Amino acid sequence: MTTSLDSVILTLVTFIPLAGALLLLIMPRRDRETRWLALGISVAAFLASLHLPVHLVRGQAGFQFEINRLWISNPNIHYHMGVDGISVWLVVLTTFLTPLCVLISWKSIHDRVKEFFIILLVLETALIGVFTALDLFLFYFFWEATLIPMALLIGMYGHGRKVYAALKFFLYTMIASAFMLAGILWLYAKTGTFDFVSIQAAIHGGQVEGFATAAPWLFLGFFIAFAVKVPLFPFHTWLPDAHVEAPTAGSVLLAGVLLKMGTYGMLRFNLGLFPEQSRSNAWWVMILALIGIIYGALVAMVQPNLKKLIAYSSISHLGFVVLGIFSFTQAGLDGATFVMLAHGVSTGALFMLAGILYERRHTYEIAEFGGLAAPMPVYATFFMFIMLASVGLPLLNGFIGEFLVLSGTFRDRAIYGVLGATGVIWSACYLLWMYQRVFFGKVTHEVNLTLPDLDGRERAALWPTAIVALVMGVAPLVWLNAIDPAVQAVLSPFTQLAAKVVGW
Amino acid sequence: MVNSSAMLPQAADYMRLLPEIVLTVFGMIVMVVDAAAEEKRIEKILGAIALLGSLAAVAATFVQAEYPGFAFWNMVQVDSFSVFFHLLVVGVTMVVILTSFEYMRVQQIRAGEYYALILFGAVGMSLMSSAVELVLVFIALEISSISTYVLAGFRRRAAISSESSVKYFLLGSFATAFFLYGVALMFGATGSTNISTIGDVLRSGQIPLLAYAGVALMFVGLGFKVAAAPFHVWTPDVYEGAPSPVVGFMSTAPKAAAFAVLLRVMFEAHAPGRIGLIWAVAALSMTIGNLGALVQNNIKRLLAYSSIAHAGYLLVAYVALPNNGIPAAMFYAASYAAMNMGAFAVISHFGGAGERYVTLEDYSGLGRRSPLLAATLTIFLLSLIGIPITGGFFAKFYVFSAALQANLVGLVIIGVLNSAVGAYYYLRIIVVMYMREPQREVPVARIPMGLGAALAISLAATIYFGVLPGRVLEYASRTAMAWAR
Repeated sequence: MTTSLDSVILTLVTFIPLAGALLLLIMPRRDRETRWLALGISVAAFLASLHLPVHLVRGQAGFQFEINRLWISNPNIHYHMGVDGISVWLVVLTTFLTPLCVLISWKSIHDRVKEFFIILLVLETALIGVFTALDLFLFYFFWEATLIPMALLIGMYGHGRKVYAALKFFLYTMIASAFMLAGILWLYAKTGTFDFVSIQAAIHGGQVEGFATAAPWLFLGFFIAFAVKVPLFPFHTWLPDAHVEAPTAGSVLLAGVLLKMGTYGMLRFNLGLFPEQSRSNAWWVMILALIGIIYGALVAMVQPNLKKLIAYSSISHLGFVVLGIFSFTQAGLDGATFVMLAHGVSTGALFMLAGILYERRHTYEIAEFGGLAAPMPVYATFFMFIMLASVGLPLLNGFIGEFLVLSGTFRDRAIYGVLGATGVIWSACYLLWMYQRVFFGKVTHEVNLTLPDLDGRERAALWPTAIVALVMGVAPLVWLNAIDPAVQAVLSPFTQLAAKVVGW
Repeated sequence: MVNSSAMLPQAADYMRLLPEIVLTVFGMIVMVVDAAAEEKRIEKILGAIALLGSLAAVAATFVQAEYPGFAFWNMVQVDSFSVFFHLLVVGVTMVVILTSFEYMRVQQIRAGEYYALILFGAVGMSLMSSAVELVLVFIALEISSISTYVLAGFRRRAAISSESSVKYFLLGSFATAFFLYGVALMFGATGSTNISTIGDVLRSGQIPLLAYAGVALMFVGLGFKVAAAPFHVWTPDVYEGAPSPVVGFMSTAPKAAAFAVLLRVMFEAHAPGRIGLIWAVAALSMTIGNLGALVQNNIKRLLAYSSIAHAGYLLVAYVALPNNGIPAAMFYAASYAAMNMGAFAVISHFGGAGERYVTLEDYSGLGRRSPLLAATLTIFLLSLIGIPITGGFFAKFYVFSAALQANLVGLVIIGVLNSAVGAYYYLRIIVVMYMREPQREVPVARIPMGLGAALAISLAATIYFGVLPGRVLEYASRTAMAWAR
């Protein structure tokens, strides 16, 4: 395509959902039309975002589709956006999941429908912005901007202790990101710019005054904000509450995309700006990640609540991502990025499946089900497929990422690799056991016999995730050959730092 | 000494006072029309005249800006600083008048002198920002104060409103007396009541002890007007009792004017002892305001404590260096005016007849009953918290970064912690509006045109300050440059 499109495509992709939200705002309150319009807008954003991976120059490190305009002169803030081989996929993941969220909320949201879709689309814009912003101020803005719509989704459309969950989510992440803001402001005070690329160059060139003493604190400031979002053990307590009370679409985006904001932030900012500190703090970060993997899996195993089980499984899976990032190996980071995407697709789908069940029975209790394979064969098949992807069955998407992460970790610290590998076993245990309890055996509750199987809309929401899970497992190179050079660029300071550790 | 030889004021002198003259004339017209007209259905016309007056005053401010310099024997100075605050005061006046149309009708208050008093108050506030002679500052302060005392008591049927008015009047008179006393001591210390002359004297040689006392006493008077702790005790009671549009008015315009005087006194007159004094008051105001707001259940009282806290944030700028502190303070005053005025416009609409619905519970489910109103209030509250792309964010940003450049790390930490506390009680309102079901039936009227316009203006200003703060800040910075002689 033309180069002029390349310079505005990120702006377009980011703001199409917001424009759509404004359009919905002035539309009359008609639920049916609102749903179709929201679907149309989110599909349009997805199609526009496909321009990015298609036209991304593979094998080229650095940011592409850049746009850099002065926004505010004092403080010196630029509207600087761009994606590399890592963030480009996270953008596409966001735009891919949002239309599915619209579909899955079609019937389950019947009160304040207009507001729901407005909030959802605003959230989409903020999420895409997080992954495309290259100005620290802009990044911080989008980062904070995701909070409000997400909290509203939980608090307005959730169930149970929704207000408690929404507030807990909001306060946890907001207080944590205040530390990051302090770090950003410190960097601005010393360098006079918020621009990520310039700051990175200044730090690597040793031109930042007082950096050596401040860097450990800056690393921590950024790290805390990201660790709460991931969530890394022991900052994870908001997550089960938020997930259980959130509406299905909220859970899908929360697990699918919001958590990745944390791991993306670590990859981009902690590693990018503070390589030495990342290296020297890696040992305890990896231990926390391992605790997360194992603890998350063990707690998931004993959950009586389907949604809570999936929530804890997220903690476990995101542990792999952190483990891979802080292994500082090509394989580890490639794998971490791949797990982010794979987890987004498969856990997003799992939450949709759980939501479908909730719509029929209004409960997530595993004990309420059993033998569902008989009345709902199609549903059971989808569930089986997605669950196997999540477990990490070879030829499905979960396997590739975890394998890469573990092989990278082995290179770095073998014992961590061994411990991490147990996580794969655990996830097979809790997911398969859950599957057995929900789908096999006799139907224990009369009411479950009459449950209708998937309808067309639900299938339309699930098919894309199943197809993508398969394609990612069979042809991972489509993704990896874009991720690879970007990871190399992230790792280049580490190769200089400790050439002996990085094996290739 | 520009005009000291001329015995009579020149034409340009009047141009430099044009907004005040325009406001006074329109205030008079309102009074005369009110007296001459028949009893009924006159309020709308009076309001329209007042609105016209405020619009004319905006235009007059732009005319005035073409005549920078001194007027009336160095008593008045028109510079970018005074123009900035003129626009701010007149803008707020306009929004208040727009909000009042509906309010007066719903509360069944015979409007008459109400609109005239708002205009006269605006005269005093405008004059405060351009007066450079402390005696004239005092007169302007009195003009502004007396109008607001009366306005606070306009809900005549409500005892609480009379209480509010009397309380405000008694304590306010005390405060202005303190100010006057301070002026007198300053005159004793420096031999002048002209701000720039005082500045020259204080800069040149030894600072007499009396000058410290003078500054402290003047600060007491102005600290009362801006509701800074420990001179804040009147605020919650007065705000609770006074009519909501008036609260919106007096929490923004007279405050901004008092902050303007404070800027001139502290920076142009080189007040001694500035840093220690204001450091303590700023820290105290932020803390008392935010902690007090945490436990409030009445939304007007809550915003009263919040305004104490915001006075504290604003005062942080006064401890900083002039180059960053002055523009930061001016920007803060403007964006606070926009968001707070907007919030009170919503409250005055939602309060209903007799302002019955002002507790937090009454706001439950507002997101469902009036989505537009709730969304608007949410944006104002987010701005008060200081979330990006609202004016409140950059206001705090400039203030705190100015303080950091003056190496006031301690004060900034206090400020940031306070902002975190503050987020909680503003969020509570949002949570109640969107996530609680209403406990009793609270009617919400349609948004009338006047209020809609008022909300649109406040909203546009709040967002503008948050998205493109550069131009406003750049304009405010000119003052700092002019004063850094």
